[in-house]
Order: sequence, then C-alpha cells, then structure tokens
Amino acid sequence: MSIQTKDVEHVAKLARLHLTDEERDMFTEQLNAILQYAEKLNELNTDDIAPTTHVLHLSNVMREDEVKDSLPPEKVFRNAPDEEDGQFKVPAVLE
Amino acid sequence: MSTSKYETVIGLEVHVELHTKTKIFCGCSTEFGAPPNTHTCPVCLGHPGVLPVLNRQAVDYAMKAAMALNCEIGDVSKFDRKNYFYPDSPKAYQISQYDQPIGLNGYIDIEVDGKTKRIGITRLHLEEDAGKLTHVDGGYASLVDFNRVGTPLVEIVSEPDISSPEEARAYLEKLRAIMLYCEVSDVKMEEGSMRCDANISLRPHGQKEFGTRAELKNMNSFRGVVRGLEYEQLRQAEILDEGGEVVQETRRWDETQGKTFSMRGKEEAHDYRYFPDPDLVTLHIDQAWKDRIRVSIPELPDARKARYTSEYGLPEYDAGVITSSKALADLFESSLAYTKDAKAVSNWIMGDLLGYLNSNSLELSDVKLTGQGLGEMIGLLEKGTISSKIAKTVFKEMLQSGKLPQQIVEEQGLVQISDEGAILAIVQEVVANNPASVEDYKAGKEKAIGFLVGQVMKQSKGKANPGLVNKLLVEVLKG
Repeated sequence: MSIQTKDVEHVAKLARLHLTDEERDMFTEQLNAILQYAEKLNELNTDDIAPTTHVLHLSNVMREDEVKDSLPPEKVFRNAPDEEDGQFKVPAVLE
Repeated sequence: MSTSKYETVIGLEVHVELHTKTKIFCGCSTEFGAPPNTHTCPVCLGHPGVLPVLNRQAVDYAMKAAMALNCEIGDVSKFDRKNYFYPDSPKAYQISQYDQPIGLNGYIDIEVDGKTKRIGITRLHLEEDAGKLTHVDGGYASLVDFNRVGTPLVEIVSEPDISSPEEARAYLEKLRAIMLYCEVSDVKMEEGSMRCDANISLRPHGQKEFGTRAELKNMNSFRGVVRGLEYEQLRQAEILDEGGEVVQETRRWDETQGKTFSMRGKEEAHDYRYFPDPDLVTLHIDQAWKDRIRVSIPELPDARKARYTSEYGLPEYDAGVITSSKALADLFESSLAYTKDAKAVSNWIMGDLLGYLNSNSLELSDVKLTGQGLGEMIGLLEKGTISSKIAKTVFKEMLQSGKLPQQIVEEQGLVQISDEGAILAIVQEVVANNPASVEDYKAGKEKAIGFLVGQVMKQSKGKANPGLVNKLLVEVLKG
C-alpha cells in the first residue's frame, strides 16, 4: 500500500487544508513512512482472531435518560468566533 | 401523459426524531422551542476531549421502532463517524451507524387503490441530529442554534419498491402511524420531527436496470412529497422522451414555485470516510433485551384494523381511517366501554368528528371529546332520551367543553319530549294555525306533512320525538 500525491490532495481538499506543493510532497512522504511502519503489523498471524474496533473489553456503556444542567450562555460563547442574538455567527455556506 | 411509457422507481429515506428527554450522547434537554443554544454543553458543542455516553432510552426506542417495522435486530451494533464540514455540525462529523445498524431487512404493508403492497425496509439506524441554521445579512452570514444537535434520530431507508407518488404517501402515512403507535416520536412533518428525502428514477417498462436517479430534498409535508415526486417524474420523463440523459444529482423541492432545482456545488461526490467512533464502545444486544422491547410493542395499525372488521363488523374503509391514528383508535375503543354499538361509534367518528377536525384544521388532541362522552351519548340516543338532532348539539358541546352528555342535556334542557300528551297539544295547535297545509294534505299532497312536522319541531325547540310527531300528526289529520 502506498499513498500517491493525488490521495494527499484529495484528503487535503476534504479537510479544507490548503497545501503548497512542497507541503504536499512532504506529507506524501511522511504518510507513506507511517503506513510502512504500520505494515509491520501484517507480519502477525491473525487468522483466528476476530476483528475488533476497540481495544477495550467494554460494551453497552450507557446512561439513563435524565436531564443534566446545560452550560450557561456566557460559557457557551466563550469559544465562539462571533455571536449574534444568542447564536453562533458564521460565514454563510451557499448551496 | 408521457410518464405512462416509464416505470417509476422510488426509495425513501425517512428521519424520525425520537422523543427522549435528553440528547443521544449528553444530558442536555431535547425540549422544543427553548431560547437558542440554552440546551448545549461541551459534548454536544463538540469541544475537544469530551466523551459521548449513549442514552439507553434512545437505543430502546430505536429497537422498538425497528421491531415494529419487522426488522431483524443485530446482536452487535456500533457507532461510526460520518465526516463532513457544515456549520450545523460542530464536530465536523456526525455520529451515525454504518455497517452494523440497529435494524435490517424489515418491511411494511401499504394499501393503494384497495391493493396491498409490501415495501421492503433496508435498514434502520440510530444517529444524532444537526443544528439549525438561519441565514442573515443578505445571505452572507448564518446564525447557528445548536439546541437540536444531538437529538436522537432513526433513519429508516426503504428498498426501491415504491412505484408512484401515491405509494410514497401511503408508505409515509403507514410509517408515521406505526411510530405513533409505538410512542417513540410525535412524527410531525411540519415541525421537522419526521423528515423525508427521496430517490427517484424512471425506466422503460420491462427494463431490468434502474435508470439514473435524482435525490430530492426539502419536502416538508406529505403533500410536498407527493407534489415533488410528481414534478420529478414528469421532468425525468420529458428528458428521456427527448432522448436525453437524467443527471445523477441532488435536487431541492421548492414548495412555492412547485419545482425542483439542482443543488449546485454538491456535485462533488460525497466522501464521508466512515470509521468506527473510538469514543463509543460496541453494543451487544442479547435475547433478554430484545424480548423486553418486543413485549412493549402495542397492537399495531394493521392488526387493529383486522380486528375492527372481524370483531366489530366495521367496513374496511372505516377501520382503515380509524386505525390510521392511534388517538382515534383509542377513542373508538374507549367508547365501547359505554356502548355496544361499534358501528354507531364509527359513524360519529367518521362523520361528525373528522368533519369537525378537518374543517377547522384541528387534531384530536385539540378537542375535549372523551370515549366515555361519545359512548354515553350513543346510549342516550338508543334510549330515546335525545333525538339525533339534539345529539348533534350535545356532540358539539362535548368537543368544546368535554362535559358528559347527561350533564349537557340537563344543563341545556335538551331532553327529548316523548310525552304524547305534550306533543299532541303542540300538534293540535300547529294544525289549527296552518289550515292551508292541512287542506293540501287532505287534497292528497302528502308532502305537506313535512311542513307541519317542521312546525311542530320548531315549536318544541327540536325536542319533540320525531317519530311520535309523525304518528300523532297523521292521526290528527286523518281523524
């Protein structure tokens, strides 16, 4: 498995990242190095091991349907870039 | 119409909000109509480092909905991240379910033109809702309210088994009825607690392969779905008739213009890069859990309808209308504790009740009629205490005040006069005062008696027993 520059461009576009040509080439190289490192795991025989999505031996972690306090408005907007009428204000996304 | 050359193929994706008290992954309230952003916390605002914890009630409701739609419930279910950027999603991903949904391979039966058709349900999965955007500053900025973010939803995906806009409507109505019976959602399309997207394509009759489909969005009512699909059916038929090709795209239904429009800028193929959410561990659903949910499912509309025709002898049509709404069906059944005459109850519901609700655009919950009131009123009619004319007055009063019929009759002095002497006195007076009509009747104009009956009823303020009035009038006139 290897990553091509077009894969990096695609992922960068999806992530809304603007990369220079140098950055694009650098990330292509670095991502390939990371994947090569992870490739070592393929040396293990996993024939008799069921696939898993978590390393924890936990399941069915749930809470009861009980209302807890929400954040006070002044805290809600502490990280907001802009605010108007108790709402987050953002540049329009045109459809 | 040019659509007759083609077969229409429709699949629906329906989102239903589950009416839990709190959001799916945090303890914020899901109450509707709160001031913007007052039901938010670090979890649903997508702050870094927070941990979502699954709401057990949301899973129970999703399982209940899936079972009611005849789905198989997986033994293992998990949550995945669906990645996309949009300001209504603070985390830049939506927690949804990809390859291990709660329910798979279900179906519902619909009826169109007296024929039953089975519509397959591919899957039902749990996910979180997005926030609400309001566009301001002439379209240059948007305001975001995150109160709705994290409200639990089930997405119900149908097989492409739907062949017409009418079938789509029947499917949605049946789906809505089932959700209402299960009491997992209030399913109001106008308020957004039920939302529908549609995939629609045409193909020449006999062709096996599907045609190219368009995805329709923004249909906010049952009527909107039907109109949107009708429009799209015609649009695609015209393109195909001219030898053109339908473009695979998302189109937006514009209710006021009655047209669909291509949603430009979304042509870029979606690449959601689903992956298992590392913050949420797997769900193992054992038999005991499934059994517990299964017993909580009430008798569903189809079963109730069958029972109403067999047990109470209601016509198919009446049984279908009454069971299409759980509230109506519950009213029908609670009335039967007070009267044995199921057909009379059905007639009052189908006629006076639905007529009143429809002409005033009301829901059953907006009026105060009770099953006891309706049942007892029918009892008073049977006993002859009130006439059918008085019953209509009593019925209107029950809708508005919720008082029981006996009380209304007493308060307003509406008891039917069945005392022969009292009626005879009025009859004699009317006969004396209307010699012309009496002459007409005696001359063979039988219709003249109608006028005289009307006069007697008027004098008695509608309370005279009409049967007795007729009998006594004939006796007096012939005597």
